[in-house]
Amino acid sequence: MGMTMTQKILAAHAGLDSVKAGQLIEAKLDLVLGNDVTTPVAVTEFNKIGIDKVFDKEKVTIVPDHFTPNKDIKSAEHCKYIREFAHDKEIKNYFEVGQMGIEHCLLPEAGLVVSGDVVIGADSHTCTYGALGAFSTGVGSTDMAVGMARGVAWFKVPSALKFVLKNKPAKWVSGKDIILHIIGMIGVDGALYKSMEFTGDGLQYLTMDDRFTIANMAIEAGGKNGIFPVDDKTLEYVKEHSQKTPVVYEADADAEYDAVYEIDLSQLRPTVAFPHLPENTKTIDEAKGLEVDQVVIGSCTNGRISDMRIAANILKGKKINPKLRVIILPGTQKIWLQCVEEGLAKIFVEAGCAFSTPTCGPCLGGHMGILAKGERAVSTTNRNFIGRMGHPESEVYLASPAVAAATAVTGRITDPEEV
Amino acid sequence: MKASGKVFKYGDNIDTDVIIPARYLNSSDPKELAKHCMEDAIHSTVNFVENVKDGDIIVAEKNFGCGSSREHAPIAIKASGISCVIAKTFARIFYRNAINIGLPILECEEAANSIEMGDEVEVDFDTGVITNKTKNETYQAEPFPEFMQEMFRVGGLIEQTKVKLGIK
Repeated sequence: MGMTMTQKILAAHAGLDSVKAGQLIEAKLDLVLGNDVTTPVAVTEFNKIGIDKVFDKEKVTIVPDHFTPNKDIKSAEHCKYIREFAHDKEIKNYFEVGQMGIEHCLLPEAGLVVSGDVVIGADSHTCTYGALGAFSTGVGSTDMAVGMARGVAWFKVPSALKFVLKNKPAKWVSGKDIILHIIGMIGVDGALYKSMEFTGDGLQYLTMDDRFTIANMAIEAGGKNGIFPVDDKTLEYVKEHSQKTPVVYEADADAEYDAVYEIDLSQLRPTVAFPHLPENTKTIDEAKGLEVDQVVIGSCTNGRISDMRIAANILKGKKINPKLRVIILPGTQKIWLQCVEEGLAKIFVEAGCAFSTPTCGPCLGGHMGILAKGERAVSTTNRNFIGRMGHPESEVYLASPAVAAATAVTGRITDPEEV
Repeated sequence: MKASGKVFKYGDNIDTDVIIPARYLNSSDPKELAKHCMEDAIHSTVNFVENVKDGDIIVAEKNFGCGSSREHAPIAIKASGISCVIAKTFARIFYRNAINIGLPILECEEAANSIEMGDEVEVDFDTGVITNKTKNETYQAEPFPEFMQEMFRVGGLIEQTKVKLGIK
């Protein structure tokens, strides 16, 4: 029996000729990642092991991005703790405020992940790098600690769901709409413990940024990872960003899938997930009209340059509805600078938006845009759980940058076609 | 090994933001996290923090622990005194975090269907038998694979790593 793309990558990293779903393996890691929320716990656990070096100074990366620039004294203490660890262990890829970005926007941009890698990150959205044809998955702090110590992690080899994406999506349908549609279709545990493998002729219409967004939200369907085949676009991206050599794996023709879904991208509409689960999806036609208090455009899901360009294209020459707060957070320093150089930042500020340094802040209700009781936000982020962005009785509606920007203009959930 | 206690019962998709909201993640102190455990389970009829006692058990339906990778979630539950979490299914990161830190968890659909808030329940980890003393029923949970049982025996992933590195 053949192997899926994920199984092939795992087998190669476990030193095995083949693996099958359900098998427990130990695989070598190409990169171990942590942030300012998860790394403090990982450092404490690492120190319990009783070794004084990480397995490879080049293959550990720490990105303080959640509560930074430090939102309060406790967060500052956490950041100090991990900064000292990074310096003490001579971690090469520690990104201080000023260089850091939102980790999952930053790592591919910095060339730290390429096709064929196995990556664990103490952050659930580590699955983002599947866009590059890597196996990457979120783990907890103890896994990060052991990953830093030994350069290995234990895995149960996942079975897979195959998503065959067909045809060209319409103008305002982005990677975000595709993944929200899929989560709405299979549910928040529809891919539990499984790989989500994306294939089909529709991939040619998806930019790398679209693919990052789709892979990023595999976890919102319960998936272990989301992964794309490597094509010319992937290789071009890797060449532009990294010195590392990509390794291309392909699923076997006779690979077994638990289910195969065919999705006609040309039939999709801009999609919005209603509170309090990402599976509560409605098309823009069903969703439009609802009044909101805040719009957030950014995050590891939608904080890349194409997201910024789409938002700016809609906001150009317009003012946001004065009843709203609109917060725009480019994912990295590089993207922030691109926004300035391309004139996007000017468009945002003149429209009445706050334009921020990179941070995860508002996405998880940390800082930089907390919601009060009863308030509603349209957000390009990834979760709309109870209390996710602030008060337990606030509401988050997940959408694409286009829908979010259109909503910023009108103050109501709006079809981008109508502004 | 056995666990025994009163049950806190929850439904589907209890996410990590409900288990420990991100507004408290500026601390990694287990006792501090335990003070806010299940704080955003606003639809629950019983306040968790005010009522939880050592040994108590959480029973939930499908996809318990979905969302963030924050290990603070199983840490907060463990530091609250919870002796075991039983669910129909667990989200995968929560599942591995619980195993790695030594918070006992069991998957058992039958138990999740039958057990109600406040039931007195006993769990035998060696056999996977769950006894509902209130309803006088028993349920059989899936046993753990040998690989994970070995991790429990040595005391979690950190202890296992010490063995593998020859430190212990």
